[in-house]
Amino acid sequence: MEKTGAEIIVECLEREGVSIVFGIPGGCNLPFFDKLYDSKIRVILTRHEQGASHMADGYARSTGKVGVCIATSGPGATNLVTGLATAHMDSIPMVAITGQVRTDAIGSDAFQEADATGCTRPVTKHNYLVKDVKDLAAVIREAFYIAKSGRPGPVHIDVPVDVQRAVTEFVYPEKISVRSYSPTIKGHAMQIKKAAEYIKNSERPLLYVGGGTILSGACEELRAFAEKMNIPVVTTLMANGALPYDHPLYMGPLGMHGKYSTNTAMQKCDLMISCGARFDDRVTGKLSSFSPHSKKIHFDIDPANIGKSVKVDVPVVGDLRSILKELIAETPKKEHKDWIHQIQAWDKEHPLSYKNNGGKDATIKPQYVIQELHRLTKGEAIVSTGVGQHQMWAMQWYPCKEPRHFLTSGGLGTMGYGFPAAIGAKLAHPKKDVICIDGDGCFQMTMTELATTVTEDVKVIVIILNNYYLGMVRQWQELFYKERFSASCLVAEGGKRTKENEPDPKLIPYIPDFKKLADAYGILGMRITKTEEVTPALEKALQSKTSVILDIVIHPGDKVFPMVPAGAGLDEIIVDMA
Amino acid sequence: MKKEQTHTLSVLVENKSGVLARVAGLFSARGFNIDSLAVGKTEDPSVSRMTIVVKGDESVLEQIEKQLNKLIDVIKICDYIATPHLERDLALIKVKANKNNRSELLQIIDIFRAKIVDVADDSLIVEVTGDEEKIAALISMVSSFGILEMSRTGIVAMARGCSILTVHS
Ligand SMILES: Cc1ncc(C[n+]2csc(CCOP(=O)(O)OP(=O)(O)O)c2C)c(N)n1
Ligand SMILES: [Mg+2]
Repeated sequence: MEKTGAEIIVECLEREGVSIVFGIPGGCNLPFFDKLYDSKIRVILTRHEQGASHMADGYARSTGKVGVCIATSGPGATNLVTGLATAHMDSIPMVAITGQVRTDAIGSDAFQEADATGCTRPVTKHNYLVKDVKDLAAVIREAFYIAKSGRPGPVHIDVPVDVQRAVTEFVYPEKISVRSYSPTIKGHAMQIKKAAEYIKNSERPLLYVGGGTILSGACEELRAFAEKMNIPVVTTLMANGALPYDHPLYMGPLGMHGKYSTNTAMQKCDLMISCGARFDDRVTGKLSSFSPHSKKIHFDIDPANIGKSVKVDVPVVGDLRSILKELIAETPKKEHKDWIHQIQAWDKEHPLSYKNNGGKDATIKPQYVIQELHRLTKGEAIVSTGVGQHQMWAMQWYPCKEPRHFLTSGGLGTMGYGFPAAIGAKLAHPKKDVICIDGDGCFQMTMTELATTVTEDVKVIVIILNNYYLGMVRQWQELFYKERFSASCLVAEGGKRTKENEPDPKLIPYIPDFKKLADAYGILGMRITKTEEVTPALEKALQSKTSVILDIVIHPGDKVFPMVPAGAGLDEIIVDMA
Repeated sequence: MKKEQTHTLSVLVENKSGVLARVAGLFSARGFNIDSLAVGKTEDPSVSRMTIVVKGDESVLEQIEKQLNKLIDVIKICDYIATPHLERDLALIKVKANKNNRSELLQIIDIFRAKIVDVADDSLIVEVTGDEEKIAALISMVSSFGILEMSRTGIVAMARGCSILTVHS
């Protein structure tokens, strides 16, 4: 049957099982949007393409499906770039479809022309400029396959407007194969045997679990393996929820703002079993002193991750789920009671903690807010974050019950990610509580999407831990730049402050007034300054029918601890300043 | 520090637009240094062959190969460091030459089995093919005459004997 390019795109999306897309129309994708008008695919009209890209990402992270976002040429496409880079760094399957100027105008500096594939090339797994309508169906099929297979990632397809209008005989490519792309799924049998030997002989093994475990859908296998071999588990920021937070073998997060016990365990273990983790510098600290006594096993789908920063003894390339299944069969039951007790003792020595300095004028402790949220939602809500102190507090105090429930930009560290990602996740899980724990800085980067939550009737809760600062920047300036707060105070001219002239956070007028902002959108807004108001406000937010902005005033001096200073070894962890 | 060595890689890639940008972009994004890069057609019209000369120690080369392999359009990579192989570069060199020194120059060119492909009153163009060493030697010999301009193709390489690099090999 003959079809136009636009019809082909819509039909291919439907056949891929896409039920929702996020985006904004413009001159160069009007034919495509015109066909979406009649389609069963739900269109979420966002207020900014960056929002669309993070929504598609939040949808993908929380479901494991491919998230789809759409933009027009030029500025539409460039606005997607941050979202693609965010997804790329965290290996999130996405497909972005952009319009492009007419094929014969490409390269002429036409109106709204940008070299879109040139812009997205370094921040996508792969991209395409489709110049012939005959290639379109195969390209879309291939794009979805590449996005979700192997190490997942975002794929961008740029479609000139005349290609969307052009007509061709449509045959759906049922089967595709890309000769130059065949990810290794099954781990090498000899290597798995070798890994099993190391594990059998280890006294102090540690499972170092990263986001790849969640991406591969290997959490059940991880649990079975950890239980059978009685091996404690530590997680990276990306793996919050890979093992339920209340599982006896779960020791908590590690890395720059991880726990004392988990970081110490990493330094003292005699065998590290890395599962879909990539030895990021925020986890390893100084490489020369990282886990010095351990043999290292590294399971990863991406061969390029292996040996990139840390030399390993047993590399195994493959899909973690398949590898762990085989490993479970290769290893006998074992006990590591003493070792586990040792880690628990370290945790008793320096547990995650914060000081509630009490008193009438005391400000709300951010950790307390998250603790209460955790209690009220039983750790079962979907939580997204921005980037900064609140993100680290969320990781520490909102350990998840399930995988795909903690949405955070770990690799790129994209401020503004949290709120749109929450919208995307809520659209995928309408029955779940979806909460964005955000910073006052981050929220202001993408709060334009408030309108989207209203028009699309999506309820998300935004908890702003408002310290009137780019708090993480302030923390570094306080610790390493002699308390010279350069351009980090969000209520001062030029962002400039000294510690001496810091006003009382409860008294300063904050711009914007988030409660009034909520009013402007017709949603629920609350500004909370007292500790005793926190729980009732959270309860009210959870019960609300509309979206909620909960502006919680905290003190800018509150810092994230423990902390391994950048460039220091994990042993040099600072547990607290006081 | 591990030993830095010069490696010659042959890379088979899909003959599609944008492939060169992908490969070049990868090298610049990851801070790898390219000594030379040559691209051309192969016996299979759907495949292009890139020859890339890079310097690096073992771990850098390992990363280069792995990262190249991640590019969807890269089909196959071969590092010739441990394989007997041929390397050829072609250079066009425009050299100053007048009536007085021209015969001396011709002698040198003859020794190198280079060719004169263009002659003008006070200059000529030498075409030379060979490996890096031979071309460097010729350049150093003719530099005293005055090199006005030079253009080179970059190295292309192929394994000796019956070892074959194609999509299906
Ligand atoms: C787009 C972007 N710009 C700049 C940064 C650098 N940065 C990291 S954390 C941070 C402060 C975030 O402030 P806020 O959202 O208020 O969170 P807080 O740290 O106060 O909890 C900044 C500016 C970034 N991560 N992303
Ligand atoms: Mg802040």
